[in-house]
Amino acid sequence: MRTAPAGYRRERLDRGIKVRSEDVFVLAGWGELLYRAGPRLAATVLLLVFPLLRPWTGEYWQTVFLVALAMMLAAVSWAFLENVGLVSLGHSLFFGAGGYLTALVALELRAPALVAVLVGSLAGSLTCALLLAPVLRLRGVYFSLVTFALPLLFSRIIEATKILGGTEGIVGVPGLGSLAARQYLLVAALLAAVFGLQRLLDSDYGLVLHAIRDNDVGVRASGISVGRWKLAAIAVGSLPTSLAGGVLATHYHVVGMSAFALDYSVLPLTAAVLGGPGTMAGAAVGAALLVPVSELLRAFGTLRVVAYCALLVAALVAVPEGLFSLARRRYYQFERWVPV
Amino acid sequence: MSEVLSVLLYGLVQAAVLLLVALGFSVTFGLSGIPNFAHGGVYILSGFVCWYLLRKLGWPHLLAAAGGVAVAAVVGVLLYWLVIRPVRRLVLAEVIATFAAGVAMLELFRWMGLVTYEFNLPPVVAGSVTLGELAVDAHRLAVVAAAAGLGLLLWWFGRATRTGLALRAMAQEEYTALSLGIREDFMATVSVALGSALAAVAAVLVLPLGLISINLGYDAMLVALALTVVGGTERTAGLVLAALLLGVATVVASVVLGPHWSEVIYLAAIVAVLAVRPSGILGRLKELEERV
Amino acid sequence: MTERVDAVLSVERVSKRFGGVQALQGVDLEVRRGEAVGVIGPNGSGKTTLVNVITGFVSPDRGRVLFRGVDVTGLPVDVRVNLGMARSFQTPRPFYRLPASRNLVIPLCSSRARERLGTGWGRREEVALDLLEEVGFERDAPAVAKPAAELPHGYLKRLELARCLALDPEVLLLDELFSGMSPAETASLIPLLTRLRDEGRSLVLVEHRLAELFQVVDRVVVLDFGRKIAEGRPAEVMASEEVRRAYLGQEVAGLA
Repeated sequence: MRTAPAGYRRERLDRGIKVRSEDVFVLAGWGELLYRAGPRLAATVLLLVFPLLRPWTGEYWQTVFLVALAMMLAAVSWAFLENVGLVSLGHSLFFGAGGYLTALVALELRAPALVAVLVGSLAGSLTCALLLAPVLRLRGVYFSLVTFALPLLFSRIIEATKILGGTEGIVGVPGLGSLAARQYLLVAALLAAVFGLQRLLDSDYGLVLHAIRDNDVGVRASGISVGRWKLAAIAVGSLPTSLAGGVLATHYHVVGMSAFALDYSVLPLTAAVLGGPGTMAGAAVGAALLVPVSELLRAFGTLRVVAYCALLVAALVAVPEGLFSLARRRYYQFERWVPV
Repeated sequence: MSEVLSVLLYGLVQAAVLLLVALGFSVTFGLSGIPNFAHGGVYILSGFVCWYLLRKLGWPHLLAAAGGVAVAAVVGVLLYWLVIRPVRRLVLAEVIATFAAGVAMLELFRWMGLVTYEFNLPPVVAGSVTLGELAVDAHRLAVVAAAAGLGLLLWWFGRATRTGLALRAMAQEEYTALSLGIREDFMATVSVALGSALAAVAAVLVLPLGLISINLGYDAMLVALALTVVGGTERTAGLVLAALLLGVATVVASVVLGPHWSEVIYLAAIVAVLAVRPSGILGRLKELEERV
Repeated sequence: MTERVDAVLSVERVSKRFGGVQALQGVDLEVRRGEAVGVIGPNGSGKTTLVNVITGFVSPDRGRVLFRGVDVTGLPVDVRVNLGMARSFQTPRPFYRLPASRNLVIPLCSSRARERLGTGWGRREEVALDLLEEVGFERDAPAVAKPAAELPHGYLKRLELARCLALDPEVLLLDELFSGMSPAETASLIPLLTRLRDEGRSLVLVEHRLAELFQVVDRVVVLDFGRKIAEGRPAEVMASEEVRRAYLGQEVAGLA
């Protein structure tokens, strides 16, 4: 950011296209239409095409793509909850719940893999919502406390009591079609999550959710049951993450305590904050950037986590709106010098 | 009979350990409403600092301990000014930021390889004491004494001064806080530094019972959270009661059921309390009342 | 030709203690349909606590609150709101980032508003603008579109009132609505308040601005140190020795 020359100040304007398309729905031709829809189209196309690039990328990067999709879902889910004032410090809770319940449905109820994944994810997010229900009446901080504690506790309990397969986990989880099938399932879920949840947040209901975060006394005084809305938000918002957990369980054919690992909590959080906590797309982009980088830096072991955390704090302090919002603002606005 | 006494005694020791470990977090949270998720990190950090001063620089034990406490307090101040304060705009941002800082610290230590047997702290007091039929090491008794002393001190502090409540009210009501400006920063810095210093005191007393293990940092957070939820943050008495309950319960559980069942107890306690009395055993649900 | 009117709001021997302070002590209050009652008293007499207890923000140590004959003492705030109570806050609590019209979307999403004002999809903005107009916002004025954080105090108070109206309340509890407003602003709201009363709604007005208050209310209740020390028509109450003593040292505006 350059400083203004003497006698001038910086002025920031929306590009005509944004003003027109938001207020009046008038676009002056294909060029503008493409400018508006371009980024979304490009991203969607990239997601749909990547699995087809297998001969060029190789198996390894296709798997990374799958994991990236899972983390993108988790990041979007995290960002949605954050919009309601629910800051989850243990997102792996939802991930693990989805994974374990998918495995149980598949193996105990002998359900076909797809059914197991869908039912298991739903069951996972509902279970977590119920688990977290009592803490919703307290200040937002308690939600963070409990989400921090639960995955840690669960993984140690599993280790100690040997339930749910103990340290080895539940093995023999059936696969879900081919790698490509799993990828496309997650792509579909991701597109639904990003566009769906964003629409929700932009609607009147989103207004209420944001109000719950900013001024829940005012919301109560307006006749809205904050507890019920938060519960609904958790049930809906955690679903993408438990779905990711379920699909990855079918990919690795096993689900164990590692599903509750800190990594699955820190990465979505970092991705969402880095990419922009306000927007679902931002969170997804953040994860899309972090996962490959994380893979490349695999050699550094746990130093990566240190790096994420440092990055997280830096992002919070320096770019609180997130990189995505920043980029989007640049895309739709331009700045110029104007004489004072 | 001596079995029961032994269990009770070790339960008391465990309760003291839990109280000490949780105290720092609880004090910061209670005084200024800041949930310092870096508490576990500071706890282990001060352990390592004390170790370094003691083992590598050869300082006398007390001095090394004081050094650990001093460094912790400084880290607390830095934490507030570099991490917490800049992000207070976003809702719950200090939660995220301190969490990140804590994890960064702990994982950094892990990456640096500070995980071998050589990292341990000696007991504060050597030797053992016989109480009737039981022999207990003096250090464990010192732990109980320290916990009792600190608990009493903080109870008195909470009652005798109104600043605690004032700080909390300030922290929650953004607009009042803004108009009070510098004073709020000072109070918040003090609360974070104090909490960190208490974490260091806990480290010096508790870590000698084992090794300085990175996972103990996460454990410390778990304990702090469990006691905060179960006891409620309103009064020190709640915290002490929670520590006693959980301390005895975990010892009983490990004797009767097996060593790793303590976490099950924590979970059960947290879930039970949240379901039945969400404000904690002795806390009062002041949420709405305090804010209107 | 007298109609039998039951009490729509009934407060029975309510007591509340905060730490060392007895905020309310055995306070009774009865409000009938279409009645406007003023609650006055020196600072710290428990007026706001009374409103908090009635609306559910604070639960009393003793006593109960009855709304249309139903004991609502244990019920959460939002349930009472949906039954027909609405309150404004002494210090306005708008949703600061939103403009006035969008502020009202939140109460219009409540089940009560949806039932009674028909605010399903798409109607909310319209209804919000109507409500704002009722409380004195000009329909196309910039005040409607600016974030609430930029509105002057008088407008924020009106926004609070509009929020209450968005809930189509049977009982309106207004905590110092007039405080901080100019005499002209206050005067402009009086016709609205009397109209609400004549529509059959009940009003409970906590106030310090007595002259304006007495233009709206039929009956006044005086609190001092958490106890009710007087009740009756404004003139009678203000003539009482005890009330004068309670107010000693404070300005009693505009009374003979």
